[in-house]
Amino acid sequence: MDVFFYIAAAIAIISTIMAISGRNAIHSLLFLILSLLAISVVFYLLDAPFIAALEVIIYAGAIMVLFIFVTMMLNIGLEKKQERRWLNPRMWIIPSILAIILFVDLMLALKNMPAATVGNQVILPKQVGISLFTTYLLAVEIAAILLMAGVIGAYHLGSQKKKVLHRFLVKK
Amino acid sequence: METILALIPALPLFSFLILVIFGGKLSRKSASWIGAGSVGIAALLTVVIGINLIHSLPGIKSYSVVLWQWIHAGNLSANIAFSFDSLSLVFCFVITFVGLLIHIYSIGFMAKDEGFTRFFAYMNLFVSSMLILVLADNILLMYLGWEGVGLCSYLLIGFWYKEPVNGTAARKAFIITRIGDTAMIIGIFILFVSFGTFNIQDLMHLASAKWAVGSSLAVITAALLLGGALGKSAQLPLQTWLPDAMAGPSPVSALIHAATMVTAGVYLIARTNVLFSLAPIVQTIIAIIGALTLLIAGFSALAQHDLKRILAYSTISQIGYMFLALGVGAYSGAIFHFMIHAFFKALLFLAAGVVIQVLNEEHDIFKMGGLRKRMPVVFLTFLIGSASLSALPLVTAGFYSKDAILWFAFSSNSGGMILWLAGIVGAFLTALYSFRMIFITFYGEVKTEPAFNAGKLMTIPLIILAVLSVIGGFIELPGSMGNVHLFSGLVNNTLPELVLKNVEHLEWIFQLVSSGIALSGIYLAYLFYYKKPEFIETFNHSRLNHFFEKGFEFDNLYNVVFVKPVVWFAEIDKKDIFDQLNISIANLSLLGNRFLSVAQNGKLRWYLLSFAIGIALILTLMINR
Amino acid sequence: MLTVPVETQILFAGILFFLGLTGLLVRRNLVFMLMSIEIMFNSAGLVFIIAAKHWNQPDGQVMFIFILAVTAVEVAIGLALILQVYHHFKTLDVDAINKLKDDN
Repeated sequence: MDVFFYIAAAIAIISTIMAISGRNAIHSLLFLILSLLAISVVFYLLDAPFIAALEVIIYAGAIMVLFIFVTMMLNIGLEKKQERRWLNPRMWIIPSILAIILFVDLMLALKNMPAATVGNQVILPKQVGISLFTTYLLAVEIAAILLMAGVIGAYHLGSQKKKVLHRFLVKK
Repeated sequence: METILALIPALPLFSFLILVIFGGKLSRKSASWIGAGSVGIAALLTVVIGINLIHSLPGIKSYSVVLWQWIHAGNLSANIAFSFDSLSLVFCFVITFVGLLIHIYSIGFMAKDEGFTRFFAYMNLFVSSMLILVLADNILLMYLGWEGVGLCSYLLIGFWYKEPVNGTAARKAFIITRIGDTAMIIGIFILFVSFGTFNIQDLMHLASAKWAVGSSLAVITAALLLGGALGKSAQLPLQTWLPDAMAGPSPVSALIHAATMVTAGVYLIARTNVLFSLAPIVQTIIAIIGALTLLIAGFSALAQHDLKRILAYSTISQIGYMFLALGVGAYSGAIFHFMIHAFFKALLFLAAGVVIQVLNEEHDIFKMGGLRKRMPVVFLTFLIGSASLSALPLVTAGFYSKDAILWFAFSSNSGGMILWLAGIVGAFLTALYSFRMIFITFYGEVKTEPAFNAGKLMTIPLIILAVLSVIGGFIELPGSMGNVHLFSGLVNNTLPELVLKNVEHLEWIFQLVSSGIALSGIYLAYLFYYKKPEFIETFNHSRLNHFFEKGFEFDNLYNVVFVKPVVWFAEIDKKDIFDQLNISIANLSLLGNRFLSVAQNGKLRWYLLSFAIGIALILTLMINR
Repeated sequence: MLTVPVETQILFAGILFFLGLTGLLVRRNLVFMLMSIEIMFNSAGLVFIIAAKHWNQPDGQVMFIFILAVTAVEVAIGLALILQVYHHFKTLDVDAINKLKDDN
């Protein structure tokens, strides 16, 4: 079973790297979806099947689709040349160094932790549901309100008063 | 009695307040009634309390009243308290009485001036401050009056403030007297630190008990107080402000710069005479300064063109006589001369004011002439005043007072031949320049016609003062002429008696000599300036004459020694280094701002980078702990 | 049963997080930056699930659900804002949006 974990982890990491360094927007998004699917496999391996399903449905299915819609609306993918100019290798140095430093910190922090054992019980979705609707009921309500606020906000922010022509239709 | 005493300085002060607060709404008539009336009532009260004092002598030597506690801080306490003894009586009498006459004169003189109420307000404040000065029981209150008269002098010299030259003269007066005032306040500090009190009587007792004759503290304190007196009384080396102070109206010159403020120094030295007897060297210096001043001022008066400047130098010279008398210990002589001088000098200034106003503000005597026939009353009073100034023998009060000083300058224990000689030469010069003034102004051809006749308000005070200049001397006759000592008898209740050398028998010789000198001076003036002016033509255009006219070039000297270095330094500091210091601090912050606002470039990725660096740093630090 | 040590699991989540951070710092296009943020959110949720497994409690999964909700809302609003930015500035370059610059 461990080997599946390592394979899924590797796929996740590689596809994430491809996602953040891709120049074509749609390609990056698709790599990201792949990464999310790999993580979903990891979730399943971690005895959280319900969460795995949710990950695919909501994260990969809704949020990423949102991204793709916006990308298509704004036609970002067509500007390959610009992205290539912006993404020259020199830009990668400092963020990589920072990331490596932080990663090393994380390793050191984990090393100083006492040894831990993995639990061996499967958490069924039923348990999650009961917990949601009894202990965390209030939070559920608040999350619902949050979602409604998000809908209203997104609608309001997305509306435009004046008509802006698509840039291909604007006469230069 | 106490209330009367307190009212004397209070009444002019109240009238000042009323004139200042309601001045705009008062009519000229009510302003003049309030202004002159308050001084008049003060004069009346002075007479009442003076008569009471004279009757109570020699039992009760003074009246005193404590009004309220002014300052009380630790062991420093001073009260608003007045004390009235024979010295104060003389001064109060002169201040209020001559002041009253001058106020009445001013009603006529300033009738056409737009600052009428303001004038009377300032004059009343002045009279009140001067009264506080002479009535003060403690030296701090006296200093208050001292500063008050300095302020009023400034306000009144620069009364016609629209002319810049008047403002300059006022500032010059204030600054030069300030130098003296600073010396005086340091002297007061030393006195307080040594004795812990400000009360003058206590100070004098303690000083004579604790300080030896000639001890350094006594000398220093006396010298500092002398500095204050020199400033206010316009003696060497602080005499340059008085001729320029003639820019003020003539009543101001009469009251402040002839009769009262300039004699404040004389009052100070007389009041603190114990200190000066403890420092004989300072007393000698006083006599020397008096002698030198009277000579320098006498020579300078000889060469002046401006009528009021002649009188100004004459005032400096006459106060030199008073200082000479104080220096040899003849306190009563000095005070007597003060009183007589107040009469005739005020008269001269008022008369000069009439002449100047009637001739449409003409000050140059060489443009006047022949006014004898045009203004007979003024001429007569002016003549009497000048005669008194020249000490015309036997008939004028000036003779008795000046002669007494000359005699004491020789015969006192600390006097001598040299001082007497200086006084005699001064007397000669006095007669010469005063009758020069008379002959050029009132005799000869009429060069400027008088525009109008002076009214009664102006001429009546002249007449009263003229009468006083004649009969005022009869209360103090020397030994060989009747031996009346009413005045000195009164004053010597407060001031020490003069100790004379054993030369009483020579007195009549000296009187003869001084009379002769005065008469010869008058004759020479007649000769040089009326009969045969060609005798002194060459002198008139000589360098010496110019030197005299500029007041021995003291202004120039001070300009070079004091003014020019300060101006040079100010030019160097034009950019004001301390301001630059402050600006550079501000500039430093601006620099910091410009340096740090590089980090505010609005770029989101820059901010994110700083986030990331911060997180990395903090986590690294946390891990290592 | 998974016998991968917990440290390794958390390290894996950490790698994903730092990859997202790198992507956030490197990219200039707004949409890509938002995408990198998504990666970071996801990895944080992964840590929660790992913890839930470790402590045998459902709370971690509940937390992940909430994170999901929040992420959804955030993406919606963020994309709406990106649309506005695009219509205003005509570009998606984040360096062009520096109106808050301090220029004295």
